[in-house]
Amino acid sequence: MQEEIKIEFKDTNFWYNSKQILVGINLKIYSNKITALIGPSGCGKSTLLRCINRMNDLIPISKIDGKLLYNNENIYEKDTDVIELRKEIGMVFQKPNPFPMSIFDNVAYGLRIQNMKDKNKIKQIVKESLEKADLWDEVKDRLNLSAFRLSGGQQQRLCIARSLAINPEVVLLDEPCSALDPLATAKIESLLRKLKNERTIIIVTHNMHQAKRISDYTCYLLNGKVIEYSGTAEMFDNPKNKLTKDYINGEFG
Amino acid sequence: MVNEYVRQNIYFLLFRIATFLSVVFLLFILLYILKEGIGVIDIKFLTSMWSHRDITQGGIFPAIIGTIFLAIGVSIISIPIGICTAIYLNEYAKENLLTRTIKLAIRNLAGVPSIVYGIFGLAFFVLFLKLGGSLIAASLTLGCMTLPWIITASEEALKSVPLSFREGSYALGATKWQTVRKNVLPHSFSGMLTGSILGISRAIGETAPIIMIGATFFMGYLPSSPFDKFMALPYHLFILATQHSSPYAREYALGTSLVLIALIFMLNSGFFILRYKLRKKKEW
Repeated sequence: MQEEIKIEFKDTNFWYNSKQILVGINLKIYSNKITALIGPSGCGKSTLLRCINRMNDLIPISKIDGKLLYNNENIYEKDTDVIELRKEIGMVFQKPNPFPMSIFDNVAYGLRIQNMKDKNKIKQIVKESLEKADLWDEVKDRLNLSAFRLSGGQQQRLCIARSLAINPEVVLLDEPCSALDPLATAKIESLLRKLKNERTIIIVTHNMHQAKRISDYTCYLLNGKVIEYSGTAEMFDNPKNKLTKDYINGEFG
Repeated sequence: MVNEYVRQNIYFLLFRIATFLSVVFLLFILLYILKEGIGVIDIKFLTSMWSHRDITQGGIFPAIIGTIFLAIGVSIISIPIGICTAIYLNEYAKENLLTRTIKLAIRNLAGVPSIVYGIFGLAFFVLFLKLGGSLIAASLTLGCMTLPWIITASEEALKSVPLSFREGSYALGATKWQTVRKNVLPHSFSGMLTGSILGISRAIGETAPIIMIGATFFMGYLPSSPFDKFMALPYHLFILATQHSSPYAREYALGTSLVLIALIFMLNSGFFILRYKLRKKKEW
């Protein structure tokens, strides 16, 4: 089956404060699949993820070269509209980071900054987004409650709803479950499986079981290099590289 | 071996003594002024014009009004400029040598003695710009002095907003200004306000700069424009305490300081109530 390439790294290097974090990354991310990035702490998986929505731009002492294609266009051209790019590539962070405002306002934030004025339309989208994030039933009676009153798992699903509200094509998740208990994690995993029908999902995870459970493709990174990248089943059943094998079998370090 | 519980108790005892001492000093000052000064305070003292020949016949109304006008003038000048500067430096300015130098300079300016601002005010506002010993010259001078305090405090307030709020906002495609306006300012505003309050209350108690500018000790009318001369409580108090021949001068000086303290206290309380209201919305 021919799969559509959504994002492609072409010889991408990334430096932070003259320390090279990513080394010659070549990687194809496929549409409507879940791709998991695994690897030990400090291997560059979060940095790699943050290259895709240019979140690394916020770090002044960083430098990138090579190409990063999104829908076949290099997003590191001078005339790239980063604001538009981030509307199409949503992100969910490691620690749930709801804004200190009501549940409703959190989800409506992305719509309002796009100057959407139609109150009914906003309400409609907020409801749909919360439904997609499997949170609607839990919060529908208390949308005006501060988002900080929700549990960690609910907060993380709220953050997913918030990013879904502006209808991104790609959702990046940076260890979204690392601060959550197993039950909340299970909920988010089943949610992600549902979401991939409409979107491309890239997830950084520390948890190899999680990668195995939910992803279609897995990429193993070590010291800023792609060590192995293949279908998830293939990687876990039959890793080609010894380093991958050691990591998967827990013999790393 | 010293028991860890004993050690802990010794340290906490030291901290307790330190706290006790600071409270005692403050209470002592307050009580002393209250005891010595309360006697002269009555309606006439608070609401009459100053009577130079027989100070018991008049009051310090023009000095109170002068100080209130100064507080308003300094606020108008330094709060908006200070807060905007802090936002620019902290949110927009590129982190380079120039920015760092400016920030360092501002921190140094915050430590410059007030008398230095006074001589600058005298040279620049009073003489060069020919504003004379006016309310506006004093407000500008005290405003310059307050600016670095407000900038520094506001920067701290901005820094205290968690990075995750900004990141979350950027990740949704917000511009820098949208992020600052909707997700940074609302959460740092109360901190900025606190910095401003403290700055303003310190400024209106300052004496050295307004001596330099040329506050008046005696005027028979109230200032009606920013370009009028003015009386002010700290200066009034200084003259009464050091240079006045009336036998009642000392008591009147203490009464005046009581009024100054009360005024600053009211200013602080007003701001703190406002801050409390803003804070109630804050949930982190």
